[in-house]
Amino acid sequence: MEEIWQGLVQAVQLIVNLDPEVMEIAWRSLYISAAAILIAALFCVPVGALIHFHDFKAKRTLINVIQTFYSLPTVVVGLFVFLFISRSGPLGGLELMFTPTAVVIGQVILIAPILTGMTIGALSGIDRAVKDTALSLGASSPQAMWKIIAEARFAVVGAVVLGFGRAISEVGAAMMLGGNIRGYTRVLTTAISLETQKGELVLALALGMILVGIALVVSVLMNILLQRY
Amino acid sequence: MAFLRTVRLEQRAGGKVLLSDINLEINRGEVFVVIGPTGAGKTTLMRLLDLLDKPYSGDIYLDGAKVTNGGASLMHVRRRMAIVFQKPLVFNDSVFNNVAYPLKIRGAASKTVGQQVEKMLQATGLSGYARRKARTLSGGEAQRVALARALVTEPEVLLLDEPTANLDPTSVNLIESLVVEFNRLRGLTIVMATHDMQQGQRLAQRAGVLMDGQLVQVGRPVDIFYSPDNIRVAGLIGIHNIMRGKIASSEAGLASVDIGGRVIEVVTDLSAGSAVDVYIRPEDIILTQTAGTGSARNTLSCIIKSLKLTGSLCTVELDCGFHIEALVTVKSAEEMGLKQGQSIYASFKATAVRVLPAA
Repeated sequence: MEEIWQGLVQAVQLIVNLDPEVMEIAWRSLYISAAAILIAALFCVPVGALIHFHDFKAKRTLINVIQTFYSLPTVVVGLFVFLFISRSGPLGGLELMFTPTAVVIGQVILIAPILTGMTIGALSGIDRAVKDTALSLGASSPQAMWKIIAEARFAVVGAVVLGFGRAISEVGAAMMLGGNIRGYTRVLTTAISLETQKGELVLALALGMILVGIALVVSVLMNILLQRY
Repeated sequence: MAFLRTVRLEQRAGGKVLLSDINLEINRGEVFVVIGPTGAGKTTLMRLLDLLDKPYSGDIYLDGAKVTNGGASLMHVRRRMAIVFQKPLVFNDSVFNNVAYPLKIRGAASKTVGQQVEKMLQATGLSGYARRKARTLSGGEAQRVALARALVTEPEVLLLDEPTANLDPTSVNLIESLVVEFNRLRGLTIVMATHDMQQGQRLAQRAGVLMDGQLVQVGRPVDIFYSPDNIRVAGLIGIHNIMRGKIASSEAGLASVDIGGRVIEVVTDLSAGSAVDVYIRPEDIILTQTAGTGSARNTLSCIIKSLKLTGSLCTVELDCGFHIEALVTVKSAEEMGLKQGQSIYASFKATAVRVLPAA
């Protein structure tokens, strides 16, 4: 219990003092995962909409497969991307191994199924009457689709927040693809892992609290944003 | 030439026939009410008219042009019409943005949008609601938003699918008077589906009765209410005294009908031996303590089975060998001292009995 309390106190100190190294790690965590969620959202929300608005034979199966990948283990994603970008892999020439870009790639793949699947879920949750109402008011097909997406915005943003949470809190891909290089690819999760192994439990806890704090702030900001619109 | 016309319109779902052989002719600027019980196919018909569903067969013509061809033109036809559904659907947005939506998707300038929306909000008694979230409104307010949103583009045809079912009386009144106003002042063509016979009577210039997917009678409301074409329509519009009988004898338009052993005199051209359905409006039956007064041809001795109060009126259930209901004011029921189990005479004129060939 003592450690938790000390961790909290130290976390506050580290934040208040704007400890340069901690700030740098937290900032890196934030922008890597923000980049991942942005790329994933730009790709997955339209794909989810595409799947939702079209009827095809294997639709149900495809959705089941996507949902299965919700629980994709982060180390498996790490390993998979590793095989592609390691020096002997097909993308080895790009020299992405142990760069922030590699971590972003891993996180995008990790959260893509959740974002796609939850977008489909969000759109299916919208009353059929929304489409009828939009069409009856003179909307074209694309306008009606856009209205359905707009109606589902709360759930879609919820999926984005969830995806961001999964990205910033994962350690497998960040460790395997980023390599926890100090000042370059070290993020909050890999730092916590390292500090714990070194026995620096209080520092590890402080970093953990900052991580939870970031997730909390993002979630609250998103909700405020949504309340306004 | 009818403004909105359907020709042999048929709709099916899952092999079941929902509508068949619907031939409607609705004139420009009229209020046409489709009356029918729940499940008759009213919503199915309204959705077809708004081109939201594709008919199984048959065609719809708007202003002389066939509009059931499909394709991109669907949107252009829909933009000339508007529909309000039974269950008000408002977008998860402000009231203003809800009403502005149809204008925005038509690419209207934002200044025009603001003016038009403000005008419609005022007309629907929603001024001051512009910034409110539409989802937080009551059912009646939400339906007014839906109506404002439907009317803001000044459509040529307004389709209303039971728009006032389950609403509070204030909202019902407001919606009804708005509908009438838009029809009178702007010549808006209105097609309204309802199961509420009184509403049909209040609003309709012409009405059609829809039963089991078929249009069984079309005409002025007064014609439908006073001379329904068949016994099912009579039942639908709330006539209770319906009896099956047989014409025992007939002479010069005056006939005797045998109803389970009791004979009543009626006016009909049908010949002796025909099976008939007869009905008598409850308000046409006069109750008296003694027989043989007045000019009514039919006087039956009855026993009062029960008395039911509805407002200032009292429905008296009678057993006259067959079961009929009479309607008297509560005041006269009290004056006559009507009681359950009491013997009484029920009189009605031969002309008060409507006779139809048995369905």
